[in-house]
Amino acid sequence: MTESVLHGVVAEFITPDELVSACKKAYAAGYRRMDAYTPFPLEEVADAIGFEKTRVPLLTLAGGILGGLSGFFLQYWVHTSAYPVNVGGRPLNSWPSFVIITFEMTILFAGIAAVVGMLTLNGLPQPYHPIFNHPRFTAASRDRFFLCIEAADPKFDLEQTTHFLEATDAVDVAEVTD
Amino acid sequence: MEQAPETKASATLERLLPGQAPVLTPGHTLETITDKIVSIVLRRPVTLGWLGGFAFFFGLLNLMLFAMAYLFYRGVGIWGINIPVGWGFAIVNFVWWVGIGHAGTLISAILLLLKQGWRNSINRFAEAMTLFAVACAGVFPLIHTGRPWLAYWLFPYPNTMGVWPQFRSPLLWDVFAVSTYATISALFWFVGLIPDLATFRDTATNPVAKTIYGLLAMGWRGSARHWKRYESAYILLAGLATPLVLSVHTVVSFDFAISILPGWHTTVFPPYFVAGAIYSGFAMVLVLAIPIRRFYGVQDMMTLRHLDNAAKVMLGTGLIVAYGYTMEAFYAYYSGNAYELFMFKNRLLGPMAWSYWCLILFNILIPQVLWIRKVRLNPAMLFVTSLVILLGMWLERFVIVVTSLHRDFLPSSWGMYVATRWDYAVFAGTLGLFFSAMFLFVRLMPMITIFEMRLLLPQAKLSEEVAAHD
Repeated sequence: MTESVLHGVVAEFITPDELVSACKKAYAAGYRRMDAYTPFPLEEVADAIGFEKTRVPLLTLAGGILGGLSGFFLQYWVHTSAYPVNVGGRPLNSWPSFVIITFEMTILFAGIAAVVGMLTLNGLPQPYHPIFNHPRFTAASRDRFFLCIEAADPKFDLEQTTHFLEATDAVDVAEVTD
Repeated sequence: MEQAPETKASATLERLLPGQAPVLTPGHTLETITDKIVSIVLRRPVTLGWLGGFAFFFGLLNLMLFAMAYLFYRGVGIWGINIPVGWGFAIVNFVWWVGIGHAGTLISAILLLLKQGWRNSINRFAEAMTLFAVACAGVFPLIHTGRPWLAYWLFPYPNTMGVWPQFRSPLLWDVFAVSTYATISALFWFVGLIPDLATFRDTATNPVAKTIYGLLAMGWRGSARHWKRYESAYILLAGLATPLVLSVHTVVSFDFAISILPGWHTTVFPPYFVAGAIYSGFAMVLVLAIPIRRFYGVQDMMTLRHLDNAAKVMLGTGLIVAYGYTMEAFYAYYSGNAYELFMFKNRLLGPMAWSYWCLILFNILIPQVLWIRKVRLNPAMLFVTSLVILLGMWLERFVIVVTSLHRDFLPSSWGMYVATRWDYAVFAGTLGLFFSAMFLFVRLMPMITIFEMRLLLPQAKLSEEVAAHD
């Protein structure tokens, strides 16, 4: 940790409009390894930096299917083979009475999959990230909008990228080290 | 605080334009919203009023612990329950508390899907209310089992006895419905908190507070990719919680409706239980919101518009509940069944008739004042009406449980039910648990969702040419 490695160049914006147009420009200029930071969700920002699809819905669906199947077959197995109880001569696989727990397990697994999936794909919990080294980054959870073009981008060039960001509506452009 | 003139301005505005009060009083910016909500927790000193209120409810909570300790020592015989009334306060309170929880999920999930922006300032504390109400509800089935240290037998797990639970029983459905509901509500609440905890982490000056909020925020940095997945998961959770919340009270009503007891065995139970749950839940939302907005000066975020909307929801669900009561009477008459008819006559005129007539008064007659706009826009009157509704909904469960049970099929098995002081102690104790948790919540967590409030601002909207896809 003695030598400082450049993480990227960060531009700060005051309005979401300025951020979105800067993101679009950066994407058009060929930058791909970049991220924007906003104090509230703005779908257009993710679209502008070329992140349009998330796998969270798919994971949730998988969780729901798994939950539903395991909920039903747990009850089926318990009542037909593990611990069969004859209630008034009714069939052991009395599936209508299994519907409710099947439903609850579907919701439970789908919900857990949505949350755990979202956190895992986001790489959270993540106690350290270089962007926090930016001196004014606490404003990202308050009222400011940031765009970071990362040094890992193949098109990244410290001087050019800094110039590029200065040409947008940014109020401040700064380097952030790892 | 410098917000005071703003609050006054909002009050004037609301008086000038009744019923058109804004969801968020004009004049706020991204900064002022953040500062205002954060300062309630991080800057405001602990007041004597807060300490006094917390001490009172914490005392009640300790009363519950004491009553439960004695209960575990002596057994459920210290309660008023016996045969024929084997279900007493424990079930009444359980159903009441679970019902109260419903409004939180309705506000946070269903109103989110319906794009009701006004929910943004009340959803956080309504969700907290749900969690604490479900915790209070969970106490009762547990201690009601008689041997609560064996309550884990309710869950299906491989054991050396070779025994499995009976999945065909509505009581087991209840275990799954309520525990799923508690889990999903907690997840929904926590996911909603993450971005706000990051704001707290970034604003806190006290290093201990900074560390704790930082740990809870899990390194949230507001990245656009994160927000995208976050929003996706949040909407999906709302979509999952919507059928779930409707199912929970339905399943609770199955505890009654699946049985063949006169007064319980009706198909109207599920919908009317759900409506009653939302009814009592909104009443509790108002009972909490009205003092909170006053004491913490957030009238500009929880405006009269919110109170008005909540009152309208109560009026609507209250009418569904009234329909349920009418249908119960109609079933008794139309079934032609002597036991059903007797049960209903006994409910109207028997020894427990007082509870039925109080119920009609509290739950149907008095809430009709909500038709009047002046009442809906008057916080004091709304507060009193909400308390009346909460009492009425508690009586509804009391009537359903006790009057249906105390006259058995054979007159030789008739009995009476009188609650003992231990019944009252546990009930009062759960009120202590609920309110002391709420007291802690408003001081430790952002009680209004900061990032969703930001979305209500005009400056959070993109201009059309930027938003357009190219």
